Amino acid sequence: MLDENIVSAILGLKLSHGHPIPFLFTKSSELGKWVFDESVRYPLTKILIKIAQKYPDQKIGVVVRGCDERSLIELFKNYQLQKDKVIAIGIPCSQDLANRCRCERPFPSEIEDGEFAKPVEDYSDIEEVEKLPEQERFLYWMSQFGKCIKCYGCRNICPACFCPSCTLEDENLIKPGGMPPEIPIFHLHKAYHMADRCIDCGLCEEACPMGIPVRRLYRKVKKAVKDLFGYIPGENEDEKGPLEFLGDGSYELPGTGK
Amino acid sequence: MLSYETILTTCTYCGCGCGILLEVLDGRIIGTLPQKDHTITQGGLCIKGWNVHQFIYDQGRLKRPLVKRDGKFTETTWEEAIEEVATKLNRIKEEYGPDSICGLTSARCTNEENYIFQKWMRAVIGTNNVDHCARL
Ligand code: SF4
Ligand code: SF4
Ligand code: SF4
Repeated sequence: MLDENIVSAILGLKLSHGHPIPFLFTKSSELGKWVFDESVRYPLTKILIKIAQKYPDQKIGVVVRGCDERSLIELFKNYQLQKDKVIAIGIPCSQDLANRCRCERPFPSEIEDGEFAKPVEDYSDIEEVEKLPEQERFLYWMSQFGKCIKCYGCRNICPACFCPSCTLEDENLIKPGGMPPEIPIFHLHKAYHMADRCIDCGLCEEACPMGIPVRRLYRKVKKAVKDLFGYIPGENEDEKGPLEFLGDGSYELPGTGK
Repeated sequence: MLSYETILTTCTYCGCGCGILLEVLDGRIIGTLPQKDHTITQGGLCIKGWNVHQFIYDQGRLKRPLVKRDGKFTETTWEEAIEEVATKLNRIKEEYGPDSICGLTSARCTNEENYIFQKWMRAVIGTNNVDHCARL
């Protein structure tokens, strides 16, 4: 692809001191350091936004799993990337990873190599909390949210978060300065904002230094959106999210795609 | 030009020393990512770590030693700065003894640097007055 000038570069992982880290390959001679390690997940599509902002006219390849591809769809929809400037290089996840992620679509639409793992439909994580009596459920979430050190890691790593001014930092919505941040508002705001955008990759939960099961919360909200509106983020490029009519402005932000 | 790479390094903000990646776009550092496969920190950072790249190009960052002359800080060379400090420390040590000097070190230095520092305080200055920002 690089030699034939189909793309100017490919965003993937390279091995550095024994660790797979994100790298933009621009020459085929560098591909010797190429690695793919499915247990080490970086938000490559989110990184691509930063590169595309500076180089909007370059066509760039990016390695995607199922969840990365879903995030690409959300990013195209929300004008953060231009579809004709991105070539997705699909890689399927193993059954083991799919099970661990409880992933309903552990593969991208096209794969270069390997086998498709079976989709996993497992909401036992949510059901476990749902069966608690209301008071206990409230206490469960409040004690989880109370651990938050407001690192914003869950937002920073998220391949479906891109607003230049984030509601989590809006002092009219969330009281600034406290630690933990104002709960449960802080976490509920994020959950509400992700309701029709979260592609359920779980990177947020992996990034949380306090072990707060934030993905569980987003999965619950995502499921509600699916049950109520029949909408699944990251599936259909032409279908807009049902919360868009609320017009909070985040969808009209000028990204590289507009 | 088109170049993007990440550099594996350690957060310098506190003694935890979390594993980070600095994102470099065309030779300029533009962001920080947590190192996902770090044995200890496992892809988690605090808010300081996530923003550690921000001080690198800060206008207020000190890049040269400053010396205070006539109540005003002026830039100087490392040779002159070290000379000045050494002369003054020697004078204080001769006049008031080594225990009149105390050394305060930092969690932002490496284990090895902190080791050398305490060694230097004990063997060169001659005092056990060594402490650390984590205890101040
Ligand atoms: S799972 Fe978390 S990181 Fe992934 S899209 Fe949803 S909110 Fe963002
Ligand atoms: S990653 Fe965890 S600790 Fe950090 S802001 Fe999000 S919920 Fe809070
Ligand atoms: S990320 Fe935070 S906790 Fe970790 S070393 Fe940096 S300042 Fe310390």
